[in-house]
Amino acid sequence: MRVGVVTFPGSLDDRDAQRAVRLAGGEPVALWHGQHDLQGVEAIILPGGFSYGDYLRAGAIASLSPIMTEVVDAAKAGMPVLGICNGFQMLAEARLIPGAHTRNAHQQFIRRDQVLRVENASTDWTSGFAEGQEITIPLKNADGRFIADAETIARIEGEGQVAFRYVGVNPNGSMDDIAGVTNERGNVVGLMPHPEHATEPGFGPDMPDAMSSGVDGLTFFTSVIERALSK
Amino acid sequence: MPTIVVEVMPKAELLDPQGKAVAGALARLGLSTPDKTGAAFTDVRIGKRFEVTVEGEVTDAVLAEVRRLADDVFSNSVIEDVVSITVLDAVAAA
Repeated sequence: MRVGVVTFPGSLDDRDAQRAVRLAGGEPVALWHGQHDLQGVEAIILPGGFSYGDYLRAGAIASLSPIMTEVVDAAKAGMPVLGICNGFQMLAEARLIPGAHTRNAHQQFIRRDQVLRVENASTDWTSGFAEGQEITIPLKNADGRFIADAETIARIEGEGQVAFRYVGVNPNGSMDDIAGVTNERGNVVGLMPHPEHATEPGFGPDMPDAMSSGVDGLTFFTSVIERALSK
Repeated sequence: MPTIVVEVMPKAELLDPQGKAVAGALARLGLSTPDKTGAAFTDVRIGKRFEVTVEGEVTDAVLAEVRRLADDVFSNSVIEDVVSITVLDAVAAA
């Protein structure tokens, strides 16, 4: 399966996302923000980083990039799209998912191995998890506080569009401990923590049995590939 | 050339961490309780001001376009409000 990873000016985790796709058995395809060409990919990842230095609002300028026209059309047509951290912010700015992000409530950048609960295991990117499963992947952000108006929060809670919730601590003040959300169709998923940094033993978060052994993030990428193969 | 000024503020009901940090600094300076002037500075909120330079005349159509930009690009309606759009003429802006 060909999975595109878009590189924007200021992207940091595009190569890690490509590597995660490869480790999951897919073929990563590097896409460039300035082009109107998805190169025939079957899924798209908007990676983490600080595109345009977080100027204006995190993800806002990147969401206006040339390639985002094609990404938005593809997402609306059902193509799986995963936004990680800065990519999550871009999805919100592009209105592909509900809500928005503001500065962490405590005002500081945070980096920690974060426990999440999978609240929706039926999306294109979470089908390999069990509903309610707890996973550990790294979190690192400054503008990670997910917010939306009360009506939107009630709707996404009711419709199962909350995909992930923080467990133990709420690291950034996100409403309802929301760490990730999906669109109504379940093909677009955005989350603040980084699954691509937990895909290879020795380079992941610390786990009870061994240091740096966490590979819970790999399931995001195997999920989308297995679902495509089963179609 | 005319300049159009767009001002954007975080929604009143949302936490504004920047403003809160500045208000905290004012409190530490002793300014959050009435001083000899009788004034107390109890809150600060921080927003954004955009100055857009326009080539040509500012017509109603141009203002409508700026309104659209203010709503779609300069602000995110989930977290912010456009509080004003004003035109500075060339002389005033110079």
